[in-house]
Amino acid sequence: MFEHYLSLAVKAIFVENMALAFFLGMCSFLAVSKKVDTALGLGAAVTFVLTVTAPLNYLLYTFLLKEGAMSWLGPQFVSIDLSFLRFLAFIGSIAASVQIVEMIMDKFAPALYSALGVFLPLIAVNCAILGAALFIVERDYTLGESTVFGLGSGIGFWLAIVALAALREKMVYSNVPAGLRGLGITFIVTGLMAIGFMAFAGIQL
Amino acid sequence: MKAAHKKALFDPLFNDNPIAAQVLGICSALAVTTKLETSVVMSLAVIAVMALSNLSISVIRNWIPPSIRIIVQLTIIASLVIVTDQILQAFVFDISKQLSVFVGLIITNCIVMGRAEAFAMQNPPVDSFLDGIGNGLGYSLILLIVGFFRELLGAGKLYGYSVMPLVTEGGWYQPNGLMVLAPGAFFLIGILIWVLRNYKPELREN
Repeated sequence: MFEHYLSLAVKAIFVENMALAFFLGMCSFLAVSKKVDTALGLGAAVTFVLTVTAPLNYLLYTFLLKEGAMSWLGPQFVSIDLSFLRFLAFIGSIAASVQIVEMIMDKFAPALYSALGVFLPLIAVNCAILGAALFIVERDYTLGESTVFGLGSGIGFWLAIVALAALREKMVYSNVPAGLRGLGITFIVTGLMAIGFMAFAGIQL
Repeated sequence: MKAAHKKALFDPLFNDNPIAAQVLGICSALAVTTKLETSVVMSLAVIAVMALSNLSISVIRNWIPPSIRIIVQLTIIASLVIVTDQILQAFVFDISKQLSVFVGLIITNCIVMGRAEAFAMQNPPVDSFLDGIGNGLGYSLILLIVGFFRELLGAGKLYGYSVMPLVTEGGWYQPNGLMVLAPGAFFLIGILIWVLRNYKPELREN
């Protein structure tokens, strides 16, 4: 059992890295990766939100939205299928969780809160979070698997964004062609990082 | 056509391209571009969602309280995406399966939210509708270019038809496997931005 979860976590962190293999969370990945400090903060926030929302959305889907999910309410609810509402339900629960994280951060880590600025509320529309919830539905994960998958995806995103931020801090000193400066070279570097992460493909525990 | 309308429609194509200039919506863009066919379907879905969300948000913009505007926008966009997803599942089920979670991810596509927030909240419905179509087209343009090169170089095909016969099938083209994988998409977008910024030096960063 433990090996199964470990294997899933390794897969989520390295092999199927949210940012580098699925292109999820790209907006904040590119925009907040200019400095290592803010990247660390954003990565932590994303990891936390993912770990909270992944099992939450799993429960929402299994007990409210899936076909026959509401059978616990009584036999007349067995035929109800609300799975088409999952986009709305997921985005709602994610937005609420982000709000809570924001309030906690404002209280206990005000420096980080102001450093992250506008990007904290933007986590709500970070594709990685919604993507994880949708992947859980698509791949039929259980509650335990969803939690591990959420945590693993978060750590993977964290790792990738901090690594990119460190690279970009160094890149300030290099002589990049004018048209490629900023966004362009960041894409190329991310591509190279994705190649690096592909080396993990095939790892099976 | 009025000048303002023209500007709203055509500016996002080159001068103010959502992907290359505004850096929005890369999230779900790259994953669907391994083939031209999925790129086309995704583009159409995004154009439809953007145009309609901009229109509906703009219509009720004066009644949306500023403090809950994000929730209102998200709800409208999510509802439109649900409709789009159902239509795709009903009519092009195979492609809808290939797009997998990325149709749902249109909700969190920063372009849609970004334009709703930056344009539709301040402008009348017709302008917003055109702005939605324009930005959708700008997004599609990049998607189609990337999809074109990835399918052509990665599989020797275009829209499913063989253009360059592969070595494995007795032809001459050795497919470039990197193009089908994630890094290929990153490199292509990077190069695309480079090309665009060479023609438009005012977009360059320092």
